[in-house]
Amino acid sequence: MSRTQKTLAGWARTAPSRATVLSGDEVVATDRLAEAIAGAGDRGVIARGLGRSYGDTAQNAGGLVVDMTARDRIHAVDATTGLVDLDAGVSLDRLMRVALPFGLWVPVLPGTRQVTIGGAIANDIHGKNHHSAGSFGDHVVSMDLLLASGEVRRLEPDGPESELFWATVGGIGLTGVILRATVRMTPTETAYFVADTERTADLDETIERFSDGSDEAYDYSSAWFDSISTGAKLGRAALGRGSLARLDELPAKLRADPLKFDAPTLLDLPDVFPNGLANKLTFSAIGELYYRKTKNKRGQIQNLTAFYHPLDLFGDWNRAYGSKGFLQYQFIVPLDAEAEFRAIVRDIAESGHVSFLNVFKKFGEGNRAPLSFPMPGWNICVDFPIVDGLGEFCRSLDERVLAMGGRLYTAKDSRTDHDTFAAMYPRLDEWRKVRDAVDPDGVFASDMSRRLRLTP
Amino acid sequence: MIDAVGHPSSLLLLGGTSEIGLATAERYLAGGPVRVVLAGRQSPRLADAAARLTRAGATVETVEFDARDAAVHTEAVRKAFAGGDIDIAVVAFGVLGDQEKAWQDIDAAVELAEVNYVAAVSVGVALAAEFRRQGHGHLVALSSVAAERARRSNFVYGSTKAGLDAFYTGLTEALRGEGIGVTVVRPGFVHTKMTEGLDAAPLSTTPEAVADVIVSSVSSGKEQAWAPAPLRFVMSALRHVPRPIFRRLPL
Repeated sequence: MSRTQKTLAGWARTAPSRATVLSGDEVVATDRLAEAIAGAGDRGVIARGLGRSYGDTAQNAGGLVVDMTARDRIHAVDATTGLVDLDAGVSLDRLMRVALPFGLWVPVLPGTRQVTIGGAIANDIHGKNHHSAGSFGDHVVSMDLLLASGEVRRLEPDGPESELFWATVGGIGLTGVILRATVRMTPTETAYFVADTERTADLDETIERFSDGSDEAYDYSSAWFDSISTGAKLGRAALGRGSLARLDELPAKLRADPLKFDAPTLLDLPDVFPNGLANKLTFSAIGELYYRKTKNKRGQIQNLTAFYHPLDLFGDWNRAYGSKGFLQYQFIVPLDAEAEFRAIVRDIAESGHVSFLNVFKKFGEGNRAPLSFPMPGWNICVDFPIVDGLGEFCRSLDERVLAMGGRLYTAKDSRTDHDTFAAMYPRLDEWRKVRDAVDPDGVFASDMSRRLRLTP
Repeated sequence: MIDAVGHPSSLLLLGGTSEIGLATAERYLAGGPVRVVLAGRQSPRLADAAARLTRAGATVETVEFDARDAAVHTEAVRKAFAGGDIDIAVVAFGVLGDQEKAWQDIDAAVELAEVNYVAAVSVGVALAAEFRRQGHGHLVALSSVAAERARRSNFVYGSTKAGLDAFYTGLTEALRGEGIGVTVVRPGFVHTKMTEGLDAAPLSTTPEAVADVIVSSVSSGKEQAWAPAPLRFVMSALRHVPRPIFRRLPL
């Protein structure tokens, strides 16, 4: 069966909807895929990867959803140029495993490796190295895009189709289906990080660490911060900053196999967690533990899980929030909005909405993509269990983020309204013009595109 | 789509002047912008309802709908969905009628049955089809505690609501696997225009309180709800009172 009716939701397990899911051979054969898109009907089509977007970007109620994971070939790895030519359905996890033996590192890694190349481009994902390496779209050399018309176009960042290239980067699947891409990898001698970890006592110190120039010494940096404690402990953080280790930096034991894929998982969480377990009491305790466990240490050699993906120790961790799910609120505000930004962090801590997974990072320059999220500024990500009053609280945050000239991230958003989104992305009309030119009838559509009124 | 925090972008009120329906719209509007479609007969009351919701921040559309005319129901529902997806539809129309007349006058009895039951079934079928087509949605049907046990004082009304109640309870099951939610709400005595001048029953409530029950039931996916909530237990007990005693109760 290549067509099945499924209820799909994002990673946060909120707002599910029903769609016809196309999978298997019909996705792999481009002509058959084009035919399916042509016959999709008025509810349209959206491509879906591994479903790690938190909200409704990769679901399409009543329409067609293309499960891209069937397109999973890695066509070529060139160790000399660092270029990898691969299908859009390949995951970053697999790409990493395949490319590491060639001394090639995935240029941009988000908080999970379980995302596809297509999803990485469509959301223009970022990682801990945003300040040194930009976002995923900056490392794409070319891509093949299947248009609503059935035509496949090869797009390059500076080629004659550059506008469509950059509309597709961050375009959440609404310009067409990304079929294949060539990605420029980062050369590396090892699969380990040389990391410095430290604790800060409060928000002032946390901001100071990211402002005093010390960040520039590291390719990768971010902080987990305490968003529950108020008063003096407000905004205290555990910082992890580092760079890929050179071979001569590794201890002898690891030097024998420096490019070994070393990312252990402890266990998969079962789907048995009750609603309400994620509360202030449990989060404060885990947060305290996490904060205390972080010691001020320099030059530690850490594997990928320890440095980059601590949550990967627990597979399917989203289940810990119970059936009601949760909401991830990620925003960025310009660097000059520091005072108001501090006020927001304080108000989150005092709101009574508790969040454990809090990420803080200073971003570098953004790119040309009109809907790309990153820009120079303070980036914060918190996740709240769904409770009454959360909607109103998030709306008040939206207003303040907008007033500061900031914005929300499409891969995380699951609730903002179309007017707010349009105000946060002033280049939306420019994007629409490019998009509408290749898909005037709005064949590509998703629950998010309807919520945010992105397509005709 | 109803978003992650339970806020809809659009709401359809069948029975566009229903006080419970309008109170529900206002509750949602407090949480952000909502497009509201009011389906009802063109009248000054419908225009007032539209103006009231516009003031509360809604984008309002009206669609011509007459519960008495089953021939136009499908078309009215189709028009209501023409402006974009409908996230929540509330079947809020209904008439109380003169209960003494209703069991003695054929026309009065048939009118109650047509509006409260036949029309509710007919729009239910049309709404289910639209919701299945769009792949999401939540249906709210306003039943009544009168549906739970026939009483001498209002059994014609009760019988029509019993029919509606059974239909939507069954529809809940039929749509379960399709990602579409149905909630049957059973208010007790609600102080509205419909009940003006009647003696209030115990545990009487207001349109706003019923709206609160609707909003919380939709967001938690509750399929059956009473307004106020304690009526659930009151009715559960009353259903089992022997008839010789029941008929003596001052209900």
